[in-house]
Order: sequence, then C-alpha cells, then structure tokens
Amino acid sequence: MNRVTEQPIETDKMVLNFGPQHPSTHGTLRIIMELEGETVKKATPEIGFLHSGFEKLGEDLDFNQYITITDRMNYLSPLCNNVAYALAAEKLMDLKVSKRTEYIRVLMCELSRIADHLLNVGMLAVDLGALTAFLYGFRLREDIYDLFEIATGTRLTTSYTLVGGLMRDIPDGYDKAVIKVLDETVEVTNEIETLLNKNRIWQDRTKDIGSISKEDAISYGISGPMARASGIDWDIRVNEPPYSSYEDFDFDVAIALNGDVFDRYLVRMEEIRQSIKICRQSLDKMPTGDVSIDPDLGFSLPPKDEVYNSIEGLIYHFEVTMPNRGMTPPVGEAYVPTESPNGELGFYIVSDGTRTPYRVRTRPPSLMNYSIFSKLIEGHMLSDVPAILGSFNVIAGELDR
Amino acid sequence: MSPATITSQLKEKFPEAILDITEFADEKILHIKSQHILLVLTALKSAGYNFLADLTAIDNLTLGGFERFAVSYHLLCHETAERLTVKAYVSEEKPTLPSVESLWKTADWQEREVFDLYGIIFEEHPNLTRIMNPDDYEGYPLRKDYPRLGRKERDDFPVVNRGIRKKKPLE
Repeated sequence: MNRVTEQPIETDKMVLNFGPQHPSTHGTLRIIMELEGETVKKATPEIGFLHSGFEKLGEDLDFNQYITITDRMNYLSPLCNNVAYALAAEKLMDLKVSKRTEYIRVLMCELSRIADHLLNVGMLAVDLGALTAFLYGFRLREDIYDLFEIATGTRLTTSYTLVGGLMRDIPDGYDKAVIKVLDETVEVTNEIETLLNKNRIWQDRTKDIGSISKEDAISYGISGPMARASGIDWDIRVNEPPYSSYEDFDFDVAIALNGDVFDRYLVRMEEIRQSIKICRQSLDKMPTGDVSIDPDLGFSLPPKDEVYNSIEGLIYHFEVTMPNRGMTPPVGEAYVPTESPNGELGFYIVSDGTRTPYRVRTRPPSLMNYSIFSKLIEGHMLSDVPAILGSFNVIAGELDR
Repeated sequence: MSPATITSQLKEKFPEAILDITEFADEKILHIKSQHILLVLTALKSAGYNFLADLTAIDNLTLGGFERFAVSYHLLCHETAERLTVKAYVSEEKPTLPSVESLWKTADWQEREVFDLYGIIFEEHPNLTRIMNPDDYEGYPLRKDYPRLGRKERDDFPVVNRGIRKKKPLE
C-alpha cells in the first residue's frame, strides 16, 4: 500500500534467469523463476546442459572400459559409482568376489561418503555466508582425496574397481593413514557442528525452509539422506538384501522428521559419524586374501607387472581385451541399487551375450531428487533458493549423464 | 507380497495383459502389453509396491523381444524390501503408452527423458518435451539405429559473431 496515494502498489512479475552459470548452482543448472517482489511464484528448472551421452557410449565400451565413464558421473564420490557399476556387472555374470575386495570397497565407499557430505555441508554453508565451516570441510576433504590418491593413483578419476575385483590392493600402512584422517574427521565434524547447529542465523535460514513431506518424498522418488530427513526409515545398506558385505558392519541409520534444509544437514552430519564407524570396523576386520578373481575365468586383467615383463602375461592381456575375445556374460538383465551419498544409485545392465553391454542405464539419484525442486521453492523467498539447492547436492554430471 | 505371489495373482487378474513372466538372477520380470501398463501398475501400487525406483527404455532392435521397444519400470516395496521389474512392450509403428505420472510424480521427468532419448510418447503426460537435448533437436539418440558419432549435428551450429575482429596471422 502506498502511504501517500493509499493505493495498492502495482508490481509486475519479474522473470529471473538463474544459471546456467550461477556460482551457487555448483554445476550447470538453469532455473527460470517468476518473481513477485522477492517471492518466487513459479519456477521452471531446465536441465541437460551437461548431457554427454554416457549411456550411448556404454553400448560401445566393454564392461571394464565403462568403469572409467562412471567416474565422470558423480564427480564428488566417483568410487561409489565404480563400486555400484561393478556390482551390477557381477550380478549379471554371477561372479563372487573375495571378502577382502568387499571390505576394501566398503572402506572406499564410506570414505567417499564422508568427502561428499563434507563438501555438501560446506557448500551449503558458504552459500548462506558461513565461510569457516566450508574451509574446515574442504581442507579435510583434501586429506581424504590424498587417501584416494595413495590407493588408486588418482584423486578424481579413480576407476578403482574391475568387474570381479579391484584394480590393485591397498598399500601397506594404509590403515594408519586412514585412521589419522578419521581422527581428524571426528574433530572437524564436531567443529562444524559447534559453528552451525546453534547458530541463530543458520537456524533462521534453514529451519522450515523447503520442507518435503513423507508422501511427496515417496511420490517423487526421493532417496538417500533427503528421504531420511523426511522421516523415511530406508537405507539400502540395511533394509534390503545386503550388498558388498554391509551386513558385517554395525552402524545406525540417521533419520530426521521435518524434512527441511536443517534436517537434511543434520542427517548428513550424522551419516559422516556413522561412516567413520564403518571405516574403522572395516580396517579392524580387514580379511587377508586376493583382490582379483580367478584369472582362469577369463574375466580379470592380469597384473600390469606381468603384462610388461612376461610374454605369457602380454598374450593373456590381449586375450582379454581383443574385440572378439574376453567376457561373455549371459543374455539377461540386472538392476543393482546401492546407497550412494546422494541416494539410490542403481545400474541397470542389459546384455545380449557379447562383450559390450547392450544397454547401460544409470539410475541417478540427483535427477529424482531434483525433480521436486520447482515445487519446493514456489512461495519461498529468492534468498532461500540457494539454501534449498545447496541441501539437494545436485551433481550435474550425474543429473544429465 | 512377494514377487512370486503378486505375479501369479496378476496373471489371473489380467490374463490378456501379461505376455510372459521370466526370472533372471532370482529376480522376477513381468512382461506386459503396453496399453495395460496403467492398470497393472495401479494394481501393483495397491499391493504394496509404493516406490517407482527407475523408469527407462530398451531398444530391442538387435536383441529381440515382443516389440521394438521395452519400457521398464523398477518397483520397490518399502514394507517387504522386495523389488520387481515390469517391462511394457511398445511397437515401432505406434510408440505410445499411457503415462504413469498420475501414480508417481517421479515419472514426470523420467518419462520426459525416455521421450527425449527414444521417442516413445506417453499419453496424458502433462508436459512431454525434451529434457536432455535442445528442443529443436532431431532424432532420438539412444535408439540403436542412431549412430554413436551423431548425424553431423555439430556442423550446423550457428556461428555467434560477437563483433570481434580476427587477428591477422603472423607473417
């Protein structure tokens, strides 16, 4: 109401183009928002800016080659993608991997979960103006990436798994390095929680913002920490037939009830704690043995040392990798869901019996989680959009594939 | 309800809809005719399969199947933690089937993705437009007869001239 004329102030709707290169999208997302004042009236997300045809590529690459593509999907926790894909291929071919392989995979998955959640919480904080928490999380994530580098040779494009095993075993003394980082993680999570949990500004900006109800979460196919923050007690590691020996580990599933940004943050922080527990257990109980399967099956690549230094190894390597040799999976299809840091990451492989898969489908958690976004931000203030977007942890590489 | 009982129940209830029931790696796969998909999925949803985990399609051009395309639905029952795959077969001449967006909102974007990459049309979908590719894109990239290297789409990109003069080559 205008004080002088006592007439309502006419405001036009403003269309705001958010992204695709806005810093708080942390990727390439575009949202076209209709604003009335500072309130979002309508939002249309547009995705596909990073569509790279990974699924089409998979039809031309063999089962082990495609593992390098899975790295590029979720670039915050590539090891989880490697493991999920390897599990799907192993289910298709009915392969059993050794206990040590499974334990190392669990260790790597949980380390990536810690790194992923730390980055997500940090990004959410920095979008809302809390730089310190972000820096604490980012520095620790650097140490975890160093651990990946020690084990896999690279920081981001890990390609650590093979169908039926692992690229290589973890080096001697790796457990000491991991425990050192885990001890630091406990401190850092405590520090971040001290900074944020009871911070008045943090609570004002995150509580009752972007609440997802339980029914909506199921209808929109939301999974992972976001679903658990809405009160759905569902964790694929616990509730479904276990994969990769998760039944051997003792840990709790974090759930919250309100489904708002604050609860999603709390669930992620608690999951970091539980992951630390799992990592410690996996190091304590680490079985001895081999990490690749029986070479006589014709599935696994020989050790690189043998390939370079012996003629038999070289011939065997060619036998596995030549176009008309190598793996022959049965005709059929397999869908394996795994609990990735973002939610249910599934790989669906259809095989026609040749050495390349007929169809590789990724069930990206980000796509389903992001689909509720436009519904959530309608009616919220513009400044809440980065908060809600940050709590989703949308990874564009996985969203668009 | 376990997948074995629900599939046999459905077979009694909709004998004309179900083409086959197969099993691979201890998991049941229900093959059905595409026009009955909404009926079958409504029955499955009320039987406890409350979560649509994944929706995708397969081009059966060289694999072989009942029809050219199969749209597959991966369902999850939160109560019994059991999963079931339903495959609906769509012909090449008339690639249409009913949308399940009314049952699960997650089908909205996933059906758009299948439409974008396979050209399968979902009837009564609220907003069936391309989601990954640009709106003016021609062809359906995940079909088996679409070449992996594309159809020279990149050659036709319009050149944006921002008024910057080209540098003279060094002499």
